[in-house]
Amino acid sequence: MDMPVKKKKLGLKERYALMTRGLGWEPSYQSIDDIFPMDSFEGIKIHDWDAWEDPFRLTMDSYWKYQAEKERKLYAIVDAFAQSNGHLTLSDSRYINTVKLFVNGFAPLEYMSHRGFAHIGRQFRGVGPRVACIMQSLDEMRHSQTQIHAISNYNRYYSGMAEFRHHHDYLPYLQVPKSFFEDAATGGPFEFIVAIGFAFEYVLTNLVFVPFISGAAYNGDMGAMTFGFSAQSDEARHMTLGLEVIKFVLEQDPANVPIVQKWLNKWTWRGVRVLTLVAMMQDYMLPKRVMSWAEAWEIYFEENCGALFRDLARYGITMPPCVEQVRLERDHLSHMAWAHFYQARGTSDFHVWLPSEDDMDWLSSKYPETFDQYYRPRFEYWAKCEADGKPFEATAVPMQCQVCQIPMLFTEPGHPMTLAQRHVHYRDEQYHFCSEHCEEIFNDEPEKYIQAKIAGHEVFKGNAFRPGTDPTAEGFNPAAEALAFFKVEHGRDNGLHHGSHDHRNFEMWRGLAKTND
Amino acid sequence: MAVVAIGKYEFEPSDGASNFHGARIIYAGWDEHLLFSCPYAWPLPPNLPFAHFVQGPMSEAFGQHPDWPKIDWATVTWTRNGETFSPEMDRSIAENGLVHKDSLRFQTPGLAGLDGKGF
Amino acid sequence: MSEAGSTVFLALQANDDTRHVIDAIMADNPTAILDPQPAMVRITNRGALVVRRESIEERMGRDYDLQELHINMISLSGRVDETDDELTLSWNH
Repeated sequence: MDMPVKKKKLGLKERYALMTRGLGWEPSYQSIDDIFPMDSFEGIKIHDWDAWEDPFRLTMDSYWKYQAEKERKLYAIVDAFAQSNGHLTLSDSRYINTVKLFVNGFAPLEYMSHRGFAHIGRQFRGVGPRVACIMQSLDEMRHSQTQIHAISNYNRYYSGMAEFRHHHDYLPYLQVPKSFFEDAATGGPFEFIVAIGFAFEYVLTNLVFVPFISGAAYNGDMGAMTFGFSAQSDEARHMTLGLEVIKFVLEQDPANVPIVQKWLNKWTWRGVRVLTLVAMMQDYMLPKRVMSWAEAWEIYFEENCGALFRDLARYGITMPPCVEQVRLERDHLSHMAWAHFYQARGTSDFHVWLPSEDDMDWLSSKYPETFDQYYRPRFEYWAKCEADGKPFEATAVPMQCQVCQIPMLFTEPGHPMTLAQRHVHYRDEQYHFCSEHCEEIFNDEPEKYIQAKIAGHEVFKGNAFRPGTDPTAEGFNPAAEALAFFKVEHGRDNGLHHGSHDHRNFEMWRGLAKTND
Repeated sequence: MAVVAIGKYEFEPSDGASNFHGARIIYAGWDEHLLFSCPYAWPLPPNLPFAHFVQGPMSEAFGQHPDWPKIDWATVTWTRNGETFSPEMDRSIAENGLVHKDSLRFQTPGLAGLDGKGF
Repeated sequence: MSEAGSTVFLALQANDDTRHVIDAIMADNPTAILDPQPAMVRITNRGALVVRRESIEERMGRDYDLQELHINMISLSGRVDETDDELTLSWNH
C-alpha cells in the first residue's frame, strides 16, 4: 500500500504574506506620494514598510469563520436573555445605569473607531498595516452593532438609552468621550494609530473592559457579559496591532521617538481623563462590585504597563510624566467624579444615588487614606439633605476644562481640598484647564482646542435650543428648553434613582416574576 | 506652537466674546466649600452691577450651603485668574475690569465649610 | 533591566471548549500560574508563554486549528508570534 504523500503546505506566515503583502504593488504611472498623501506630514519617517511584522495572521477566510462562530454564540445568548426577561435577574436596578453610561458613552466610540481605522486603512502606504487596520475597522463596526443590539433589550424597559446617538452628540457629559475621539480622528494616521491603537487599545483597554464586563458578570447582566467576551478576542488582536505599530515606528528612525513620546504623553493623559467615568462606574455604580478603581489601576496599569514600558525603554521611550499625577489621583478620582454627577444629575441621562452605609464601608476599606477624610462627610451631609426632603443639587452650569471638557472638579495633586485650575491667554482669548497636562496639550496645538464646543458655552450661545425656540418669549425657561433640545425627558431620564420609573418598574416586575398574585 | 497639519490650520475660536450676544462668561468658585464640586459659569451683561451678580446668580448657586447667609461680604477676598482681585460691589462687571472668561475664586475668612473642614 | 522578569499573560473564557486548551497550556508551561475568575481564567508566566497545537489535540481528541483560540481569547500581554503549531507570548527578543 502506498504511503500517503503529505501535501506540501505553506506555513501560516507564508500563507498570510501571500494573501496580504502579495496584494500590494509598486505604482507605475502615479506618484506614490499622490496615492498616499497623508502618511508623511506628521514627520514620522518610515524607510522600510516591509519590516512590518503582522500581528495575528488571520486571513479573511479564517476571520469570517471565527467571527461568524462568535456571532452565532453571541446572538443565541442575547436572544435567550431577552426571551427570558433576563433583565429581572440583575442584582439591583441601579445596575441598569451602568448600561446607560455604556451605550451613550462608549458604544458610539466603537463606531468612531471603525471610521478612524477605515480611514487610516487607506492612508498608510504599507500594505501590511493597511490590512490590519481594515480588519480592525470591521471589528469596531461589529462592536458598535453588537453593543447596541445587546443593550436594545434594556431600552425596551428602561429610560435614558433611546436617544443614545443624539445624547452622544449633544449631552454635556458625553462631550468628554466624544471630543476625545474627535481629537484622535482629526490627527494624522500615525497619531490616530498611536492614540487609539496603542494608548487606548493596549495601555488603557483593560481599564475599560474589565470593569464593565466583569461588572456585568457580577451583577447578572448576561447580555453585556456575553457581548464583552465576544469582543475580547477582537481586542486581543487590536492590542497586538497597537504593540506592533509602536515597535515598528520606533525601530524605523530615531527621529520618530520624540514624536511618539509626545503622543504617548498626550494620549495616556487624555485616556485616563476619559476613564474618570469608568472609575466612577466601578466604585459607585455597580451594586455588586468587582474591584476598586485603585485595584484595577494597580493590576492593569502598574503591573501590565510596567512590563510594557520596560520593553519600550530600549527605544528611548519613557513612562509618560502624567502618570505621576494619575497615581496621586488614584484614590480620589472616582469620589470626585461621583460627587459631581450626584449634584449635576439634572443634565444626565442616567440616575444617581448616594452610597449606602454598606457602600461607604466598602469604599472606606478600599480607600483607607482618602474616603473617610475627604468624601464621606459630603455624602453623609447630602444624605441628611435627602432625609430632610431637600436633596442637594447643583443649579448652575459647571466650568469646564478646554481640553478634556470635564467640569473643573479635579483637585491639585497632593492637595485634595483645593480645586485645580490653570489658565492660558491665546490670541486675545483666555482658556482654562483642569491640570497642567491638559494645559500642555493645549499649548502644543492651540488651534485645535480653541475650536472645541464646550457644552455649557453652547447653551449660553443659544445653540442648545430646538429650532424655532424664542428666548425672548414670556415664561421662557432656558433649562427646560435645553433639556428638550438634548432630548432628555426631565423627571424620567435624569434625577435620583430611588423612586424613578426604572426603579419602581423593576421592583414591580421582579415582584410579579416571583409571586402568583 | 503651530499644529502639525497637512495644510493651513488656522481657525476662529469657538467661544470668542462676540458669540455670546453681548454677554461675557464669568466663572466663580468658592474656596473651602467642596460641597460644590466645581466652579460655575454664567453669561453676564457687562453692565450688571457686581452686587447683583453676587445676590442673583451666585446666591442661587451657592445659597444652599449653610455658610452662605453668614458671609460678611466686607471680609471676603477674591482672586481673578489666580491674581488678587478687589471688586467694587456697586460698580459693574465691566467697570470692575472683568473680561470674557475671567475666572473668579472667593474666600470667606472664618467660614471654611461644614464644621470648618472645607466642605 | 532584564525582560525575563516581566510577566506575560493570556486570559481565556472558561468554558467547555477551553478546558483542554487550559490544561495543555499549564502542562507546557510548568511555572505558569492559573488565576480563575468569573467565567474566565488568566494564565500568567514569567518571560514567555507558549500554546502548542499538538498538546491541545492530545487532550481534545480532534484536530485543532490554533486560530480557534480567537473564539475564546479575552486578553493578553507580551509580543505575539503565531505559527501553525505554536502561539507564543513573550517579552524576550
